[in-house]
Amino acid sequence: MILDSLTRVLSANALITAFVFVGLLVWFSYWISKTLTRGHVHGSAIAIALGLVCAWVGGLATGGSRGLADIPILVGVGTMGGAMFRDFAIVATAFGADLNTLKKAGAVGAMSIVIGVLLSFVVGAVVAVAFGYTDPVTVTTIGAGAATYIVGPVTGTALGAGSDVIALSVAAGLTKSVLVMVGTPFVAPAIGLNNPHAAMIYGGLMGTTSGVAGGLAATDPKLVPYGAMTATFYTGIGCLLAPSLLFFLVRAVL
Amino acid sequence: MVIYGVALLSFCMLAGMFVGDLIGLALGVDANVGGVGVAMLLLLVLSNMSSRGLKPGPITQTGIGFWSAMYIPIVVAMAARQNVLAALSSGSMAIVAGIAAVVASFALIPFLARFGQAQGETRDS
Repeated sequence: MILDSLTRVLSANALITAFVFVGLLVWFSYWISKTLTRGHVHGSAIAIALGLVCAWVGGLATGGSRGLADIPILVGVGTMGGAMFRDFAIVATAFGADLNTLKKAGAVGAMSIVIGVLLSFVVGAVVAVAFGYTDPVTVTTIGAGAATYIVGPVTGTALGAGSDVIALSVAAGLTKSVLVMVGTPFVAPAIGLNNPHAAMIYGGLMGTTSGVAGGLAATDPKLVPYGAMTATFYTGIGCLLAPSLLFFLVRAVL
Repeated sequence: MVIYGVALLSFCMLAGMFVGDLIGLALGVDANVGGVGVAMLLLLVLSNMSSRGLKPGPITQTGIGFWSAMYIPIVVAMAARQNVLAALSSGSMAIVAGIAAVVASFALIPFLARFGQAQGETRDS
């Protein structure tokens, strides 16, 4: 009876429940960061990693595709972490960013988007060929998925790929996004990712908005607007290039 | 007023998304091309017009600052709703493709960063 009533309150106010849940998760992560790693691993990096673990657990428990958000009382996590709030918060981070830095790195930032799409596509396509796929549509779709998990399905649908191939391309994109989120803070020192200029190039090369958003948040929140700025163009450019120019190239090679 | 900041931020996001959608239509792709980027630029420009007496007041700024500060918690929620299970259980090919793409991209950052900076310096001098 009491439990029913509690469940009712939590589900009826899903977004508020999500605020409490994420607040606790972040608090716990910062506590781990301070006590177990003595501040060596940033609290937000731990929070994002724990979020991914929660998503995995949620997927196991419900068999759904939206991680923790498929658990009825945590539906609000889906809203809070959905594209609308994510983009809203990303835009807000631009407030206080330096216009001059953006202008200066504008050209190389734009170039990095095109290079990033080409690089991920080629690498993905080569892996697909190495695993024995020879059909141009399949190879293109998987290459597109290695760009982002949105470019993959858009390309696959445009080229008429099967749903199993599209699912593979989404999985490649998801792997990329998760790895960028988790891996960025660890490789950041080695690749010189500590200034707005490098962050713009990073955003353009990686392209996965969620990966870049999470990766930079865990590395240095001040860099977020610069990386996000270029990353947001990536998916669009990928959707433009993959089903057209890149598909013709793949068909010519295979 | 706090709502002025929130409204300004919301207006920028909607306007940027609209432009991004139009760019997508113009290019013939079924995707929003750079909508968030356009929105960010718009917010930057609008909030930097101090010379015309339009600089947002400190309380208006808190309406934007709050959402900027909510960024990390929102990203945590975003991580918690990813389809991690599908990424991990889809077979090795997809995982290898994803990992290889990330490694290659990471490796290229230092080169591009150096190139860009060298170019910037020659232009400045």
